[in-house]
Amino acid sequence: MAEKRIRVLVAKPGLDGHDRGAKVVARALRDAGFEVIYTGLRQTPEQIVAAAEQEDVNVVALSLLSGAHNTLFPKIVEMLKEKGMGDVLVVGGGVIPDADIPGLKEAGVAAVFTPGTPTGDVIEFIKANVK
Amino acid sequence: MANEALKANLAKYEAEVAEKIAKFPERKNLKYNRLYTPLDIEGFDYERDLGFPGEYPYTRGVQPTMYRGRFWTMRMYAGFATAEESNKRYRYLIESGATGLSCAFDLPTQIGYDSDDAMAEGEVGKVGVAIDSLKDMEILFDGIDLGKVSTSMTINAPASVLLAMYIAVAEKQGVPASALMGTIQNDILKEYAARGTYIFPPKPSMRLITNIFEYCSQNVPKWNTISISGYHIREAGSTAAQEIAFTIADGIAYVEAALKAGLDVDAFAGRLSFFWNAHNNVLEEVAKFRASRRLWAHIMKERFGAKKAKSMMLRVHTQTAGSMLTAQQVDNNIVRVALQTAAAVMGGTQSLHTNSRDEALALPTEASVQVALRTQQIVAYESGLADVIDPLGGSYYVEAMTNAIYDEAAEYIKKIDEMGGAVVAIEKGYIQKEIQESAYKWQMEVESGLRTIVGVNKFQVEEKPVEGLLRVDASVGVNQAKKTQQVRAERDNAAVEKALTALKEGAKDENVNLMPLILDAVRTYATLGEICNVLREVFGEYQAHSTL
Repeated sequence: MAEKRIRVLVAKPGLDGHDRGAKVVARALRDAGFEVIYTGLRQTPEQIVAAAEQEDVNVVALSLLSGAHNTLFPKIVEMLKEKGMGDVLVVGGGVIPDADIPGLKEAGVAAVFTPGTPTGDVIEFIKANVK
Repeated sequence: MANEALKANLAKYEAEVAEKIAKFPERKNLKYNRLYTPLDIEGFDYERDLGFPGEYPYTRGVQPTMYRGRFWTMRMYAGFATAEESNKRYRYLIESGATGLSCAFDLPTQIGYDSDDAMAEGEVGKVGVAIDSLKDMEILFDGIDLGKVSTSMTINAPASVLLAMYIAVAEKQGVPASALMGTIQNDILKEYAARGTYIFPPKPSMRLITNIFEYCSQNVPKWNTISISGYHIREAGSTAAQEIAFTIADGIAYVEAALKAGLDVDAFAGRLSFFWNAHNNVLEEVAKFRASRRLWAHIMKERFGAKKAKSMMLRVHTQTAGSMLTAQQVDNNIVRVALQTAAAVMGGTQSLHTNSRDEALALPTEASVQVALRTQQIVAYESGLADVIDPLGGSYYVEAMTNAIYDEAAEYIKKIDEMGGAVVAIEKGYIQKEIQESAYKWQMEVESGLRTIVGVNKFQVEEKPVEGLLRVDASVGVNQAKKTQQVRAERDNAAVEKALTALKEGAKDENVNLMPLILDAVRTYATLGEICNVLREVFGEYQAHSTL
């Protein structure tokens, strides 16, 4: 019997239009057997949380290269909790200074993947930590 | 035949000499042969394929003397936080020997939102400077003589608004529009395909662009009205040949739109400029620059019947590849940028931005920017690369690669033509899909070890986090929003209302050139967001279809 496939929402919050990384990760996750939904660009936190709920995902993977991560990532985690989706695994990636990572983790982002991360690491992390 | 003897000798060499390292990533346009000979450029015709610098088909460069006349413009892309902060950085760059300015705007500005718009949350001042109204633009260029400096603005969907603000600031300085020099990026097609800062759908966007072409040909004749950009297509993951193919296809679409609007090709084509990426493979990049000039010249002359030499010249700004910077062992990036600079210079660029070592982590600090600028100065003054025009012309490898990239790009353009042109190819997602395929292939080559990235998948070390990165404080957004609210409170709101109403009426009539109406609006201190919202009401917004 097939195991239930892990469902991942790959999302681009904020106004940043760089989605090379998001698309490469999305495709690698799909090739690894996950169900992947990609939101497209310029999603507000409200839209991302609504999509996560509607698609009933296990993981929300946020990609942001503009520097707005400290504002937007924690907001999305909070809104997921408010909607009773606190068990959704939230991970992030992009141009994110090391100094910001502890704060993001404290806010509930389970892992932050910075430039140069092999897609295999993202896949392994999700498999090991998804609830 | 001499070639027969050469063929026999080459076959003998290939058979006898074994290679130790023979694994290269697959490349469509030209295989990695280990040796190139005259056999690889059979049929090569110097006069036809290269000609002289400053002469058709411009393979060797667009100016007769190239860097023997003057160096390329050393133009550092900069802007962050507030207009005050960015003004300081611009003055610093000019003092350090930069010869042109290049403005980076924050994302709300690029997408036509004021800093107090809900959509701007967290983004104000982050990737560039926040400009809401003419007030901010006055501060940005305070103490900088717009009659003397040439300014490039990376602005696309709202390019007409920022250009209008620039003209209005110049007016206040007593500089006439006819004296202004600079460039607006104004290339909406690559925003849909690769960069993402679009606002309106393609049709009204193309109208805004042709309105600018027309207005500037009459009023701002020294202004480069568009920078048709392959840079972001490459950053999104394309190959070198795809970079020039998709960009030149976009260029064809702009020329066709302007012709359709009734403009004469030689009235605007000389103000079209291009923007290339300088990537890591030095010789492939040099070939790309050369191929792109030859291809554009052929298209402008043969397809569009351009008569003026300037209309056929592909003039290009270059930026080193941001996506090739690594977050690991950041000082290595200085070396990468130096090699990319060498490629751009041997490729014959007209201006260059060099990235800073810390940009895979954050916006660059002043010290990092100085090293990046010094890199250009060392290449210019010390390396000898700028001493001779097109120094790699005649190299068997570079000529073979120039031909191969030309052919592959021409093939793509033919395919895009058959689909109905670049606008249709983008709407169908074809160009995006091709770019994505290449990006994924690159990543898989890195992960399999076929492609080595020093410090990332080989020669790694344990590192401490880099300290002293530039940070833009969250208070910037709050203060900028307040400043704009104050502008709204102090201006003549009746005049703003009147100008915005006139703009709205003009937008509804396709035959009206919107530039004068936008200029009237910015003079009243109508904000960027207000102007764009009026246009949103009439034009609607572009809805992207994202595919994986």
